[in-house]
Amino acid sequence: MSTATLDKPGSGSQQDASPYITVVFRIRRFNPEVSDEATWQDFQVEIDPKERVLDGLHKIKWDLDGSLTFRRSCAHGICGSDAMRINGKNRLACKTLIKDINPHKPITVEPIKGLTVLKDLVVDMDPFFQAYRDVMPFLITKGNEPTRERLQSAEDRERFDDTTKCILCAACTSSCPVFWNDGQYFGPAAIVNAHRFIFDSRDEAGEQRLEILNDKDGVWRCRTTFNCTDACPRGIEVTKAIQEVKRALITRRF
Amino acid sequence: MSAESPTAAGAVSDAVPQTSLYDVDNPAPVIEPPRKRTKKTPKTTRTNFELYGWLFMRLSGILLVVLVLGHLLIQLVLDGGVTKVGFAFVAGRWASPFWQAWDLIMLWLAMLHGANGLRTVINDYAERDTTRFWLKMLLYTATVFTVLLGTLVIFTFDPNIR
Ligand code: HEM
Ligand code: SF4
Ligand code: FES
Repeated sequence: MSTATLDKPGSGSQQDASPYITVVFRIRRFNPEVSDEATWQDFQVEIDPKERVLDGLHKIKWDLDGSLTFRRSCAHGICGSDAMRINGKNRLACKTLIKDINPHKPITVEPIKGLTVLKDLVVDMDPFFQAYRDVMPFLITKGNEPTRERLQSAEDRERFDDTTKCILCAACTSSCPVFWNDGQYFGPAAIVNAHRFIFDSRDEAGEQRLEILNDKDGVWRCRTTFNCTDACPRGIEVTKAIQEVKRALITRRF
Repeated sequence: MSAESPTAAGAVSDAVPQTSLYDVDNPAPVIEPPRKRTKKTPKTTRTNFELYGWLFMRLSGILLVVLVLGHLLIQLVLDGGVTKVGFAFVAGRWASPFWQAWDLIMLWLAMLHGANGLRTVINDYAERDTTRFWLKMLLYTATVFTVLLGTLVIFTFDPNIR
């Protein structure tokens, strides 16, 4: 029952009904054209606690400091471009409400970890997508093309339903401590997207994908920390998907 | 943003230094993570080594629960605790092939389990290739030495040694 207080010093005294509160955004800034060091910068923003962190970032960029750099496209949790580390946890800025993350303390916003920081909150996603490409995330079949669609039973479709929901935001991979220390690890997102095809009854390259993930930087590096499952904005059971790939590898062998 | 909202207050602090060595034409190096993935990595080995290593950790773990907890119980709790442990106590137990086998299996499993566990820790945390290589060499040497010495002692133990 913590209601946001309205009478913050500085906010107009006539605006008792206003939903706005003052929130401090503490943002990790990095601009290689200015300095080789990243620093924290605080911004004070008047914001409705029912708005999102992305709205706060917009207010900063549009009204306070146009040099603040971050990615966003859809603003509705679909495109996966605004994963960032908010109060120490990976989330989508466009799906994180201010009221859900204690607006009475400064809200820290950092780029996701384990990828090269290019500017402010923008990281180089190439290594992430390289790992994605390396698991061959597309349907592979043998023989002639069927003359109509490839049929699949509802149960067969259900088998990999969870992992079809991935939006490739990298929240999971960049929350993984193994990935932080060794970017060679395929990472949860690549495994999730391999899972999507390995368990698809229409696909015929599951063996190849399993072989790729059986290698030293594949699924066996996973230490079951569940950071990825906690981070996923789509609610995918990421750790479970990784375990299912491990199980498939073991049952294939024995 | 809605027009009637109170306009946001100014930036609280301006932490970015104004004078600097770097500018648009001469940007600073970006902040890179260790061991970044590239187009050519990782190398494929096409073996099941990591699979067997992973399985071994779980299977040896199950056995170690019984072996290690049983060992600790016998050594530290039952029959008056640690104070009873001495040369005579060890000699008495190793007279039986059962306890010899128990200790031998525990030695091998715990050492290989611990060594493989440390191998994964080194792989995770040692960033430079040479550091990683030498740490693992040190680990393997220590492991082989301890396993061989322990095995030798269990098999050649002489209760009448002077
Ligand atoms: C008592 C029964 C034990 C059980 C059930 C057990 C189980 C496990 C398992 C399942 C792992 C793998 C963790 C992972 O892959 O994420 C592990 C890791 C490890 N174990 Fe054990 N273990 C036991 C005893 C021991 C002993 C006696 C040693 C020391 C000699 C040891 C040293 C290690 C090390 C160094 C690791 C790696 C740590 C890590 O992966 O973060 N364990 N253990
Ligand atoms: S599994 Fe979830 S957290 Fe990972 S990339 Fe896909 S949507 Fe993002
Ligand atoms: S902006 Fe598209 S997911 Fe957040």
